[in-house]
Order: sequence, then C-alpha cells, then structure tokens
Amino acid sequence: MNRLDIQKTYKLYIGGKFPRTESGRYYPINNRKGNLIANVCLATRKDFRNAVVAARKAQSSWAKMSALNKGQILYRIAEMLEGRKEQFIAELIVQGETTKNARAEVSTSIDRLVYYAGWSDKYQQIFSAVNPVASPHFNFSNPEPVGVVSMIAPEKQGLLGLVSVMAPAIVGGNATIILASETKPLSAISFAEVLNSSDVPGGVVNILTGKKEELISHMASHMDVNAIVYCGNDEKHIKMISELASTNVKRTIFYRRNDWTHVECESPYFIEKLQEIKTTWHPVLV
Amino acid sequence: MLPDLNNLPVYDQTGVNERIQRFCSRSIKTSSKTAGLKLAISMIDLTTLEGKDTKGKVRQLCYKAMHPHDSIKDLPTVAAICVYPSYVSTAKKALQGSDIKVASVSTAFPSGQSSLEAKLTETKFAVEQGADEIDMVISRGQFLAGNYQYVFDEIASVKEACGQAHLKVILETGELDTLDNVRKASEIAMFAGADFIKTSTGKIQPAATMQVTYVMLDAIQDFYLRTGKMIGIKPAGGISTAKIALQYLVILNEVLGEKWMNKNYFRFGASSLVNDILMQLVKTETGMYQSPIYFSKD
Repeated sequence: MNRLDIQKTYKLYIGGKFPRTESGRYYPINNRKGNLIANVCLATRKDFRNAVVAARKAQSSWAKMSALNKGQILYRIAEMLEGRKEQFIAELIVQGETTKNARAEVSTSIDRLVYYAGWSDKYQQIFSAVNPVASPHFNFSNPEPVGVVSMIAPEKQGLLGLVSVMAPAIVGGNATIILASETKPLSAISFAEVLNSSDVPGGVVNILTGKKEELISHMASHMDVNAIVYCGNDEKHIKMISELASTNVKRTIFYRRNDWTHVECESPYFIEKLQEIKTTWHPVLV
Repeated sequence: MLPDLNNLPVYDQTGVNERIQRFCSRSIKTSSKTAGLKLAISMIDLTTLEGKDTKGKVRQLCYKAMHPHDSIKDLPTVAAICVYPSYVSTAKKALQGSDIKVASVSTAFPSGQSSLEAKLTETKFAVEQGADEIDMVISRGQFLAGNYQYVFDEIASVKEACGQAHLKVILETGELDTLDNVRKASEIAMFAGADFIKTSTGKIQPAATMQVTYVMLDAIQDFYLRTGKMIGIKPAGGISTAKIALQYLVILNEVLGEKWMNKNYFRFGASSLVNDILMQLVKTETGMYQSPIYFSKD
C-alpha cells in the first residue's frame, strides 16, 4: 500500500513555543522547478512584538546563567544538530543547494556552535581590563550583554548564516529575535526544533519567517530592542535601519558579506559587538 | 433585609465561557481604541497594598495618578488611589487640588479575619483620615459556612461606619469557588448597602476573571431592574494589559450599557495596567512599539 508523506507545518518560534502567525497569513516556498515545497508563516509586526516581550522576559535570567552553563547549552545545540544532520542536508538540497554545499553548510554550522560554546567563559577575559588611573581607585572594565537584539539573518545560507549571527549573540548573554532568510526559511524553523530540545530557555532565541519589507522597520524602531544586526547589502534597508534605530540609540551592526563559510566568520569580536563595556571605579586606599 | 437567596439564577460555566469568548473576539481599532484606552485610564484605582509601602511610595504614586504621562495630550487622570488606612492622610495631602479620590482598604484586609469591632474602628479611622471610598472584604469563612445573615449584617454595619464615604465590597471570588456563590455574595452585598462590588483583593489567585465579572454584572442588572439603584463594579487584580482592559469595557457595555461606562460605576483595581495603556497610546501616536523603561514606575 502506498503511504502518504506527512508534510511538516512550518510555524514560528516565539518564547519556546511554535505558534502560527497571529495573522493567519503564509507564503509559498518553491523548489527550483517551481513546485511547492512548503508554506511558511508570514509573520507580522504583532508576532515580532510578542517575540520582543518573550525575549525581554528571558534575557536577564539567561544573562545571569553561569558562563559554563551557557557554553554547555551551546554545545548541546551542536549535539542535537549533529544528530539530525541528514535532515538538514536534505532540507538544504530541497531549497536549491548542491549536495556538496549542503553538507559543508551543515557541518560548518555545527562546528561554529562548538566554537562559540568554547568562548563562553573566555571572551570576558580578553575584553576586560584593569585600567591605570591617576586617583586612588581600582578601575576595571568588563563586558555586559546589550540585552534584546533583533537580527535579520543572511539571505543566502539559511542555516549557516543564522547560526553564525545567533551563536555569538546568545553566548554573550543576549536574547534575540531573528528574521530568517526570506527565500530559504525552512532550515531556520527546523533549527528552532533543535533549539527547543537543547535546554535553551524559551524566549532566548525567537525565530520569525516573513518579508523583510514588512518587518525591518519595526525591528529597527521598537523601543524595547537594544541592538539590531542586519545581514545584507540593500543600502535602502541600511539607511532606514540607521535612521529608525536612532530613536532609542540602538546599536546597529551591518554585515555585508554573503558567504559565511570562511573561518574569518567566527571570532570573539562577533561576541564583542553585542557587549556593552561597563567600567567601575572602586575606591582604594593609596 | 437579607434577600431571598433561594431563587437566584444558576450559572452554567460553559455558557458563561462561551459568552465571554464572544465578547473577547471584538476587534477595537484606531480612534475607538484610543478612546477606550483613555476611558480605561480614567477608571483606574491606582493601587499599592504592600507591607513595604512607605509615605514616599504613596506620594510618588499620587504624582503618577495626577500625571500619568504628560507628553500625551488630553490624557485623563486616574479615578482614585487605593492604599492601606495608614497612608490615607498622606495620599489625601498629596492629591490636594485634584479630583482624584482616595480609597482605603479596610476590615482586616485581605483576610477579613478579625472582630467586627476592630473592623468598624478601622473603617472609622480611614474615614476620619479623609478616605472618600472604603474597600471592605467580606468574611468568606462565614459565607462558605452558610452564615449569610452574619455577612449581611457585617456589610450593613460597615456601611453605617462609612458615613458619606462610598463603600466597595470585595467578594474575593477566588475563594468563593463557584459562580453561583459569586452571585449569592453579590446579592448580599448589594442589599446590605454596597455602592460598588469588587471581585478580589489581588492577594489570592485567581483574582479578577471575566467569568466572575460577568456574573456580577448580571447581578447588578437584576438589582437595577428591581430597585432602580445603580451599583458600580470593580474588577481588581491581574488586569495588567491594555487589551484585557478593553475586553472588560466591552463586557461592561454589552451587559449594562453606556450608563455604566464611567468612573462613577466602573473601576479597575490595578497598578501595572497604567503603563501598559500608556505604551499602547504612545505606540498609536508614534507608530513605534514602546519599552517600559521610558515610562515612570508605578
């Protein structure tokens, strides 16, 4: 007897749950031949708003978690992804990648998670300093997470791009709302399933699928978002984000590169970009 | 006199839930939303009822009551400040010159477990200190034991002790278990002289729910049809978002109608609700989602 395949419903990932978009809208994802692969949610600004609420709620306790613990959780994400490698490779191929590229993208993604897991208790040491001052003070600086970060993930590499911007953000104690690649969103939602089974507290990573044109302005203007990361080359977007982000002096970070495979795309400076440096003046006896 | 409690309507939980569902699915947008939110602000009893309250905290809350957010045009002030009796005079002084009322909880709030004498003394103290409104709790233990006469007499005595002050009677519906009990307690309170009936102290979960509010509104309507007297209602506790506040207003309008849609007959007992409404109003004005860090604490 022929068996009918069970098609996956691709939903959003907000606050550790998989809701449908509140609007009920969706858009189709086709393969190269133009056949429908799946319908994915067309998230609205309200979905984004809900995600910010979830992220804000989760951020402080995530930041307070010990560095070791955060590192273990990132490593756990890598473990889970490793176990589901074949599924991710197949999904990338369906979305138009060659087999070779798909394999490379998945294994680089896993390695990148392990890379940042390792940095969890080390970046603080290289970005901290004891500063010489001309007064009886012990003066030191150390990094603290900026808070809630909205991210527009790279368009070309649906999985690797997302992992490459997400991992340094969360290992640094931030909570994120990520808009997945518009044309290759399937891996992002499957990756949310990986996150959901990796002890990442709900709300630390929220993933939306939808149109950049509809969402970017809200991601840039929301007053409760502390930083925005934009991956892409559209100068119109970059200008708009820069202007809107100024209303609450959001930190803006623009990554114009398209290919996130290279080893240059992992470095502790990706963590540092989403840290605020706090300097403390502690009185001491001369 | 204690009303006949044997012939009250009984409530079907599922039916009430369905009715509430239909109220909550209304979509209120743009100018109606703004009007509704402003109305909701004007109906708030801004509340602080904590062991750690201080004069400073109460004075700060009073300032917030008078100036919820000065940059929004035509913003009403809240209806009242709700505090413990020991802070009534502080609040009264801080609110001088405004028409914001001072409400005081009383009668061994929140448990109500004390002698009638102590409760009356406390109420008189609050009124002497200048309270315009008294929020009393009923003796739930006596009510659940079936001593309805005791509950009725107690409310009537407190009403007498209130003098000119308005009396709000807290039923603490979270401890009454059934909707039928809520209806019964509402009847007792209204016949004993309550000016308002109020759902909860905010100290017990569940606090205000739409279901009990609906039953209480229903009781108020029947009481109005029988006696011609309009009783007010105050859901309190757990109403913290603008969206829920608007849904309460929908229920109020649908069940009791426009006559009740003002602060003389409807109040929200809340503290964090104000900032959520303010954020919504600023969002409507600017188109940008807001953050609580840009609004004064309450």
